[in-house]
Amino acid sequence: MKQTTRMAAASGRPEKTSPDWLGMHRTMLLIRHFEEAVRSLATAGAVPGLVHLCAGQEATNVGVIAALAKGDMIASHHRGHGHCLAKGADVASLLGEILGKEAGLCGGRSGSMHFIDLDNGNLGTNGIVGGGIPLAAGAALAARARGGDEVFVCFFGDGALNQGLLHECMNMTAIWKLPVVFVCENNGFGEFTAIDDVTAGPSIVARGEVFGIPSKMIDGMDVRTVFTTTQRAVTRARAGKGPSFIVCNTWRFGGHHVGDKQDYKADAETKRWLARDPIPKSAKRLIAEGLTTAVKLKTLEAQITTQVRVAVERVRNAPEPAATRLAEHVHG
Amino acid sequence: MVEPRVLSFREAVLEALFLEMHADPNVMLIGEDVGAAGGVFKQTEGLFKTFGATRIIDTPISEPGAFGMAIGAAMAGARPVFEVMFGDFMTLCMDQLVNQAAKVRYMSNGRASVPLVLRTTMGTGANLGPQHSQGFYAWAAHVPGLKVVVPSNPADAAGLMRAAIRDNDPVLFFEDRMLYPAKGAVDADIPLVPIGKARVLREGSDVTLIAIGRMAQFALDAAKRLAADGIEAEVIDPRTLVPLDQEALLQSVRKTHRAIVIDGAPRSYGVTGEIASIINEDAFDWLDAPVMRLGAADTPVPISRTLEPLWRPDAARIEKAVRTLLS
Ligand SMILES: Cc1ncc(C[n+]2csc(CCOP(=O)(O)OP(=O)(O)O)c2C)c(N)n1
Ligand SMILES: [Mg+2]
Repeated sequence: MKQTTRMAAASGRPEKTSPDWLGMHRTMLLIRHFEEAVRSLATAGAVPGLVHLCAGQEATNVGVIAALAKGDMIASHHRGHGHCLAKGADVASLLGEILGKEAGLCGGRSGSMHFIDLDNGNLGTNGIVGGGIPLAAGAALAARARGGDEVFVCFFGDGALNQGLLHECMNMTAIWKLPVVFVCENNGFGEFTAIDDVTAGPSIVARGEVFGIPSKMIDGMDVRTVFTTTQRAVTRARAGKGPSFIVCNTWRFGGHHVGDKQDYKADAETKRWLARDPIPKSAKRLIAEGLTTAVKLKTLEAQITTQVRVAVERVRNAPEPAATRLAEHVHG
Repeated sequence: MVEPRVLSFREAVLEALFLEMHADPNVMLIGEDVGAAGGVFKQTEGLFKTFGATRIIDTPISEPGAFGMAIGAAMAGARPVFEVMFGDFMTLCMDQLVNQAAKVRYMSNGRASVPLVLRTTMGTGANLGPQHSQGFYAWAAHVPGLKVVVPSNPADAAGLMRAAIRDNDPVLFFEDRMLYPAKGAVDADIPLVPIGKARVLREGSDVTLIAIGRMAQFALDAAKRLAADGIEAEVIDPRTLVPLDQEALLQSVRKTHRAIVIDGAPRSYGVTGEIASIINEDAFDWLDAPVMRLGAADTPVPISRTLEPLWRPDAARIEKAVRTLLS
């Protein structure tokens, strides 16, 4: 995938003047089609284990990552394909990994939930809810020690709001003014449990504010809002002013994992959120602003479906890892 | 060649830290009161003054988050030494240790690694009781992906600390606080001690005493007393439990035909069982008697001055065990 959204200028920083809205749209489309391919592969029984899809949350994934420079890093979570793709993962390497194939980036050991891609600045998806948060915060600590100016984003779901790790890391990044952006993708549920049933207090953002961290709740279905909010947080972090906390309200269009019947969701609410699908919303705006045309978007979508189909064909029947690989890479 | 010096265990490890921090700007130290305060046991004294606050990080009392951050730092190019003040508190780091640090190399197919040292203290003898005495090295050794070091003397401790910092995997470094004042000769340049090599501390022909950490010192004391009666015990310190130098242990047993494995942690499901099994599997034909195991009681560590010494093996118990085994 071409990461036009990161627009590596000489500095490696994204340009501030003209955000690449079209590039972001393209990445959202790629994620949507990628997830659709994974869904049908999983339904066909081709995916080992559990797989959590992020369709519906693309604006959050893409808007945040588009505001980062190439050398900046992210830590993702169990619903992380979108983060991986937006951060530059090769489509076939990610898909191959999800299918547990030798050709996957991690040799079929990590699958969907433990995909580590340091070359693209991705500390990994994570099977432990909240587990990625200290990884990003710690990477920021290392960067500061070496005098680097990189920024570190940790993504987590609303379910991680009640993990002590989050509060510990908010505290430490705040006292040390580390360049971290905490991004909560609030999709209303942790597995089958509604956030309100398990999350005390009148406000989620207060959980950042209590540490003196600038905190904001935004529309996570609007890629532009997500981008501009993140950009401000990134600028602040890079200037040495410390962490920010962004709560992106969003919705997963599918179940917790493929196969989840979702009877805990109310139909009316689902309908309301579907009407806020970030992709048509972005398309409409791009056309209205003359940045593209409906015809061009059709062509773009066709290109992306082909890109994903080619990747599926490449890895679907690719070899399984050799038995000799089992004991490799336990120690260095 | 520069003359060896006599250093305490604590001083020797501290010198190793100075050396490695001078040698590699990526090395950082993270822990509670490790900075200006110099460590609760003076084990980090002077580092803060030399290396400053970006490399010597005083954390809040926040072990899970702080250790998780050390892992993230290691993944991003630093070489953190993370200090857990008392070994018992390692439980607070367990998720980060087991699910992140230990698995990153494997999960990434060798594309990422976690070069960090978790150092912690343990030991009985100061009546610190159930929550300030234990060392969970057997737990750690059960987790694939970690390396586990338990030194018994100043020179090994210092050389192993240097090696641990240079190692590209997470290394757990267990220090017995009762050994901190113990003195020993240390070569001036503090030679590296390779991780995964046992050391024969005393040669003997009648019985092999395989002893972990401070138990090796007790085993040496016992061997001295036994020698007065003409019993020659060989004392081997594995030094690292993962990787374990199996060959060195087996070689000794093939020579002496008898073995006692001695550990200062609860005996059940522990290190002694593992080592005894290895001997049984690979040196059975050489054995004149079943491998004997000495371990601590399967109880928490009591605080009482009477009960605490009963909790784990000591020189007298090792001596008695040898006499029983040989009789
Ligand atoms: C520490 C931990 N506890 C429980 C789980 C099981 N689990 C996996 S995902 C999930 C829900 C997480 O919800 P949230 O953080 O809101 O993310 P979402 O799935 O909604 O994207 C749970 C409970 C886990 N993986 N890790
Ligand atoms: Mg959720």
